[in-house]
Formats: sequence, C-alpha cells, structure tokens
Amino acid sequence: MAQIKLSNLRHSYSPNPSSDADYALKKIDLTWDNGGAYALLGPSGCGKSTLLNIISGLLVPSEGKILFDDQDVTELPPAKRNIAQVFQFPVIYDTMTVYDNLAFPLRNRGRDEDIVKRRVTSIAEMLEVTEMLSTRAANLSPDNKQKISMGRGLVREDVNVVMFDEPLTVIDPHLKWKLRSKLKELHQRVKATMIYVTHDQTEALTFADQVVVMQDGEVVQIGTPVELFERPAHTFVGHFIGSPGMNVLPCEVQGGGAFFGGEQVDLEGPATGVVDGSAEVGIRPEFVSVSQNGDGVEAHVRKVSDIGRHKVVEAIAHGSRVHAILDGEAPNAGDAVKLEFKQSQTRLYKDGWLASTQAEGV
Amino acid sequence: MTLELKNVCKRVQGITHVKNTSLTLETGQFNVLLGETGSGKTSLIKLMAGLDSLASGQIILNGKDVSNLSAQKRNISLVHQFFVNYPHMSVYDNIASPLKVSGVAKSEIAGRVEEAANILKLKPYLNRKPHELSGGQQQRTALARAIVKESDAVFLDEPLANLDYKLREELRDQLPELFAGRGAVVVYATSEPEEALLLGGRTALMTDGNVVQFGPTADIYRKPRDLDAAKVFSNPPINTAKVTKQGDTVILNDATRWAVSGAAAGLSDGVYTLAIRPNHVMPVETPENSVRLEGNVLVTELSGSESSAHFDMDGQSWVSLAPGVHPYFVGEVHTFYLDPSHCFFFAPDGQFAA
Amino acid sequence: MKTQNQRAWIFVLPVLLLVAFNALIPMMTVVNYSVQETFGDNLFFWQGLDWFEQILRSDRFHAALGRQFFFTFMILIIEVPLGIAIALAMPKQGPWVPICLVTMALPMLIPWNVVGAMWNIFTLPDIGLLGYFLNHTLGISYDMTQDPVAAWVTIIIMDVWHWTSLVVLLAYAGLVSIPNAYYQAAEIDGASNLAIFRFIQLPKMKTVLTIAVLLRFMDSFNIYTEPFVLTGGGPGNSTTLLSIDLVKIALGQFDLGPAAAMSLIYFAITLFASWLFYTLMTMNDNKS
Repeated sequence: MAQIKLSNLRHSYSPNPSSDADYALKKIDLTWDNGGAYALLGPSGCGKSTLLNIISGLLVPSEGKILFDDQDVTELPPAKRNIAQVFQFPVIYDTMTVYDNLAFPLRNRGRDEDIVKRRVTSIAEMLEVTEMLSTRAANLSPDNKQKISMGRGLVREDVNVVMFDEPLTVIDPHLKWKLRSKLKELHQRVKATMIYVTHDQTEALTFADQVVVMQDGEVVQIGTPVELFERPAHTFVGHFIGSPGMNVLPCEVQGGGAFFGGEQVDLEGPATGVVDGSAEVGIRPEFVSVSQNGDGVEAHVRKVSDIGRHKVVEAIAHGSRVHAILDGEAPNAGDAVKLEFKQSQTRLYKDGWLASTQAEGV
Repeated sequence: MTLELKNVCKRVQGITHVKNTSLTLETGQFNVLLGETGSGKTSLIKLMAGLDSLASGQIILNGKDVSNLSAQKRNISLVHQFFVNYPHMSVYDNIASPLKVSGVAKSEIAGRVEEAANILKLKPYLNRKPHELSGGQQQRTALARAIVKESDAVFLDEPLANLDYKLREELRDQLPELFAGRGAVVVYATSEPEEALLLGGRTALMTDGNVVQFGPTADIYRKPRDLDAAKVFSNPPINTAKVTKQGDTVILNDATRWAVSGAAAGLSDGVYTLAIRPNHVMPVETPENSVRLEGNVLVTELSGSESSAHFDMDGQSWVSLAPGVHPYFVGEVHTFYLDPSHCFFFAPDGQFAA
Repeated sequence: MKTQNQRAWIFVLPVLLLVAFNALIPMMTVVNYSVQETFGDNLFFWQGLDWFEQILRSDRFHAALGRQFFFTFMILIIEVPLGIAIALAMPKQGPWVPICLVTMALPMLIPWNVVGAMWNIFTLPDIGLLGYFLNHTLGISYDMTQDPVAAWVTIIIMDVWHWTSLVVLLAYAGLVSIPNAYYQAAEIDGASNLAIFRFIQLPKMKTVLTIAVLLRFMDSFNIYTEPFVLTGGGPGNSTTLLSIDLVKIALGQFDLGPAAAMSLIYFAITLFASWLFYTLMTMNDNKS
C-alpha cells in the first residue's frame, strides 16, 4: 500500500500537441492517500480512463510524474508497479477453474501454495464464491465472472492500489446494488487504496470517501459526496451530480446583488470577488418550491413528471428552464406559478466557478 | 392507430418466453414494458416487430392482422440497446436509408432528413461516419432513422442503457416530445422503474414472460394488482413482511404493531403480506412516519440527493430511501420509521387486498 | 395453430439437388464399381467384397497408407506450430499489416500443378536455383530423383511453403479478436509471455485452430497434384502416397474394381480421422 502522487501530469495522444485541445489530460496534480476509497467521476471522454491507465502504467504520460511513496514509477511497466486493475468487461482465464483464476497472480509471483490457498480461500469467502471454486470460470454468469475479476485484483496482500474501470457495466441493473455494496464492504475489510472510475454518480458516491470530478481533462472538484452535492465548486459538478442536476440560471450582478430577469435573487451570503456583469445563479431542484403567498420568480409550468415518491416539475422562468422537485401537491402543465428559492441553498457562480460564501449563522 | 396483441405466445425449445399475452397499445403516449433482464421484454418486442414467429395468437396493427408478416412488411422501426447504424454510411445516408428503401423521391428525402436531424441536434454531424460520433450521437442517429420513416409502430428496446447517465437523462427528457403527434404506437422497454415513471404514459409490468399488470404508469405504481406487480415496480426492492391483522391492529412482530388506518380497516382479520416502498421507511420520525423499526445496518448507498440503507430486522432485509444524506454506520443498530398510511396489503395468494 | 414456415424447404431444395449430383451420384458409381469386375465393353461380373478384402490385405496398400500417414503427420507437426509462431510474430496494427497479410496469402494463390512444376525446376541439380546452389556451391549432394530422403524433404518443404499461410491467417484472425483488456490484465497479474500464450492466446485461438487442423489434415491426407508433379511418386515407390497409388491402379492399370474399393476405404479413413480430430479438440468445451 502506498500514497500515490501525480505531479504536473499532462497527456496527449497526438505526438505533437500544439494547443490545449490536443491534450486528453490538461494538468493534473493529485495526491491519493494510503488506504483511501476514491472515485473518478465524469462523462465519457473527460480523461478519466486516460488517467487510470497512466496510474496503472499501461500508458506513459507526455509530461509529469507519478510517485508511489515518493518513488518515481512514471516509466515502470504495470507488472513492476505492484498494482491491480479490474476492467469494464470481465477478464477471466477460460480454461482455468475459479480457484486457479484467483490463484494466478500469486502463482505468477512464485508464492508458496499454502499462502495461495489461504489467500484464495479468504477472498472467495469475502466475495461469496466459495462454492464455485472448482467450476470452470468460462461457465459462470457475467456478474460472477466480474466478481472473479475483482477477486484477482484483491488477492495479493501487498498491492499499492486496486483500480476499477467502470466494473459494473455488464452487470444486470437489479444486481448492481449488490456488487456496489460488496465493493464498499471489501474496501472496509481489505483497507487497500482503491480508485473507482465511473460515469455513474450512484456508484461513485456510494463507493468513495473522496470523489474526484473530471471534465475535459481537468479536475473540477475533489470532495466528499456531501460536499459535492451541497456546495458544488463548479456548475458542471452541480449539473453532473443529482438528477435532475442543479438549475443554473443566467443573472446580472449589480452592486453585490444578483438579478435574474430583473428580479433580485437572495443569495446564501456575500459574493466574493465578483465585479458587476453577467454571472449565474445555482440552485438545486430540491430547494425550489412553489410559492403560496405570491412572492417569487414568475414561471409557467411546461411539464410535470410524477415519479411516485415525488414530482419533477419543469418550468420556464425568464426564458430559462427551472426544475423543481416537489413532494405532495404540484401544479399542472400550463399553469402560471411563482417559484421560491431556498436562500441558504442559492449560490452564485462566475465563469462556472462558485463565487458566493455562506453567511454566518445560516 | 393501435397495436393489438391477442393471446400471444412464444416458446423456444420447450421454454416459454412469452405467455399468453393480450394487450392493446395505443398511440399518443408511451407504452412502457418494464421488467428485469430476462422477463420477456425483448422477446415480446421481437414478436411485435415480426423478427420472431408466434407460437400462437394474433398481432393486429392498425386493424390489419400482421401475425404472419415479416418485419419488412410491417412498416415499423426498431431502436436497439446497442448503437446500430450502417458503419460505412454518413449520418445523412444512415437517416435517409429507410426512405430510400421505400422509394421516396430524392427531393423529399433531403427535407425529411433535415427535419429529423434538426430535432435530434445532428445537423453538424451529417457528413460524419458513425464511428466518428460519441455514443449519444450514434444513438440519436438510430433514433432519427426511426422517426424519419413515419412508421405505424416504433419499438425502443432499452435505447438508453448504454449511455452515460447524464446523456440518458437528457435524451429521456426529449423522447416523449420527439414522438408526440407522429401517430406511431411507441413501445419502450426498460428495466428501470424510475425510467418508466419519468416517461409516463402507460406501463406493462413483466415477469417470467407474463404481463402482470398494464395501465397508466402512475396508477399502477400506486395500486399494484398483486405482489409480483409491486415487486417489479420498485427499485430499490419493495419491503415485504408477513403481518397479522387483528381488530384495529396490525401486528408485524411482538414489538411492532400499529393502529390500522385507511382502506386496510375494512380487511377481515388474518395473515397478510405487507409491502411498503423504501421511501416510506425513513431514518427520522415525522408525523406520518411514526412506526418504529429497529435494524442492523448492512449496506448504505448514496445517489447524489438520496441515501438508502439496507438493514436487517429479525433476519429479514429491509430498505429505506430518504432524501438528503444520513449518517449510517454499517454494522450498527439504527431506528427507522415506517409510514402506516402507505402500506399495501396482499392476501396470501398474492392478490391486492388494501 | 402452427405458423412454422414450410416454404423454407423450397430454398433448401436446390442445394440438396446439387449435393446429390456432385457427391451422392458419383459416389454410388464408385460403390457400384467396387463390388464388380469389368474387362471393358460394359461387361460386369459380381465380385462381392473380394476387392475390399484384397486391398486391406495387400502390402502395397499398407505401405502407401503408411507413407500417407507419415506425410500428414509431418505436415501437421510442422505447419501448425510454425503457423501459430508466425501469426504471433506478425504486427497487429500499423502499415505493415496489409503487406504481411498479402505476402502470406501469395503462395495459396498459385495452382497446385504450378507449385509442383516450380519446385521441380527449382530443385533440379544442374539448372535449378536450389539444386545448383546445394550441389555446386555448398557441395552437398542433393538429387531428389535419386535419393528418397531428399525427395521426402522436398515434398514436405514444398507443402509447408504452400500451406502454412492458411494456418497463419486463421491463427492471426483468432489473435486479433482478443480484446486488449486481456493482455493488460495478464500483464498486471504478472503473467509471463508463456503464460499469456498458454492461458489467453491459445484458448482464444482454439476455434480457428480446430478449423485449421481439420483443413490441413484433410488437404494433406488427400494431397495428389503437387507431389505427383514434383516426384511422380519416386524414386521407386518412396513417395507414392495413397492418392498417387490409387490413380496408378485406376488409370495406369485400369483395375477399376480394386481402385473403387480403395477409394471407399480411403474415404472412410479420412472421414473417421476428421471426426476423431474434431471430437478430441472440442471435447473439453462442454465440460463444466
């Protein structure tokens, strides 16, 4: 186990990158602490798989260094880095039994058979595959195959980091939560550093203590699941986490106040370093409600989806789309309503970045 | 326009894939097929599309018996879970292909392709090949091919399953508007209950090749016909437990009993299966959520704005789903509160009682 | 109600007729000859199974069959491993891929009799490039018209040159279909190159290799044109394979009855051996 440090990392797939757009990774400085559970979250094409392959050694970065416990491993091949990786599609050795599959990484490193047996048995028990140990791996269902792939990643005691590259892609939706929680449990038992790459917020937020959100080759925010949800540092994070994502509404800043369609919106607290001009107001649909007393932003309801436990209302206010999540009574499509924003959850963003601070005592 | 199934059956090598199904699907709203993988959704779609032959029964499209017609002769479109486009053709030619096949005049093709490309935001990519597109754009091309054709029926078989979830959200939002006013019967298969709810329209719940319930989506969510229907239409899984009704009391176990309320008051005394959705089992007490349940927390999950906890009570697994973030500790005992007014009661044979 | 489409038979019928004309009817003619004796003029005498008995007891048949098995064994033992090795060494992407593939396919495009004639001239001791080089430059005595060993070595090398490409191309197709993740996983698992070959490449190539082995077995077991053009079965009878012997009996001696019986025995052996190969190579697939 080790602390992993990425310093000044840049990567381009083209041999002569000329502009920023040629870089799949723009500039990454990150430290992953020993034993942490991390998630790399972002849409496809954001560079998260590139970053993963650089850590595992399948790719050498164009610029920058990777340090495992202060040792430079930038140029080392995967086999020398002592890492484990679980791929999107299950990789199993068809001709071997489940036992031999799990034993493979240990036997390749010349471990004694009694150590192999002890490790394989304990991993199989954690993954609940003990009764399959003597079956041929080729005959398993996709979710069990993926469990075996995970098992091979976890079977070595001394790995620096275990990486998961969208490991639940091929798993049936109704089995996903079981494997999701299994992974979390495994992390708590094995205590190895783990990095989980995904585009799925539930997988990332469930698994990780710290989530790294990426967009266009850059890290936009690192934080706990709660921080990412409650105080997105960037409108992209607000949009990407939560469904529907945060409402981002264009506004004008004048003398420290934010005006949306000419009406002043009460912010959580003072704006920081924002000069007058255009900016954005961010508010989550959970904190938008229909006003009962006639105050609030004028809007007309375009669509109401009843999703059982609550209703999702889509309204147009001053030409912008606003989502609201409402419990109980909801207006009908076509209604004219007034929308209220919960002040403590209304934030200001300038050029995409958070630009308001929470007032004392709110 | 309607698509009518009469006692449709499908068997392959003695295994029944679709059991004696009768449905009348109408235009104007989405018809959602909801069920887990292997529940027969795809088998049913293949039958409706004419890609598989019926073991027995009839399929009537727009008043005409099409049971023995091949897919080519049914005037339908199908969008698959995997992005199926012609790899050697440009996006334009891909969208135009169904029109060319049916012999539409060249001058008309250009206009219709443009219209479809406009709706699906594909205009900048018309000259690209499918492999130069992102997954979302590829699937939009497949959707454009489906809408340009003006089919009598459009089948969408988990069309969003292989997309990033944000793209999924965006496209799902546009889909109902895309097909609105086109006159085609739209059938949409999904394995996610939430997706069915978001799409609205009507939903058919499927398990083991059976349609267990069919009706307006929100209605069947609120009033499942039987225990199977309740189970299919819940994610996380619906909580179930054996309870006894005795006078005006519902008895879950020695420690947990509450006064009967609502429709359940009319039930005769006896043993029932109680089912309650995870969002009515909360980690905090409220006026509604008043019945205490204690359990050992097994697993917790966080999906952005909601947290769920799986807990063990008397050897049975329960799930709670609550808005916001709640501090749970795996392995520790936590108290949850059940809302007695949102309980379903099912008779021992699984039929809805109250 | 049964809606199974009976029209399917109409589409299969032409193939059935075609197979009947080009396989079943000629074969029945052979069966007919194999149980009769003829002296020409369309005069036939019933012989029963005499020809079969005679062939199966004949030393000449045993010797030719032995040579045939030896030839096929040598071909498989050389071409399959060599084909796999070349496929492994070929580039998997880049500008060299088409060049390698075309180069590999070239020998297979040359007609059988031309291959035989080419190698005949190539190995002539006085004017052939190889023959002259061996005899006059290196001083190694080499003349396949005189020396049985030289003749054997030549027909085997000729077949290896002509047909290894088939194994290469099939093995290559199997190799390029293996997803990259398998190699990456194996690298991370610390697998040696040998282990990667043994546990990933070989199992993933198995289906195509089964086809390759079957094709090479059938082709080499039934080979006629190339060795016939090259050595004519000599020197002496040393390279007279089963097929060459069969033609000698049928057309050289005009013994149609024994030749027909021999053909049927030949056919039965080929069929049985192919079945055996296939069964052995796929028997592990269904085991759990």
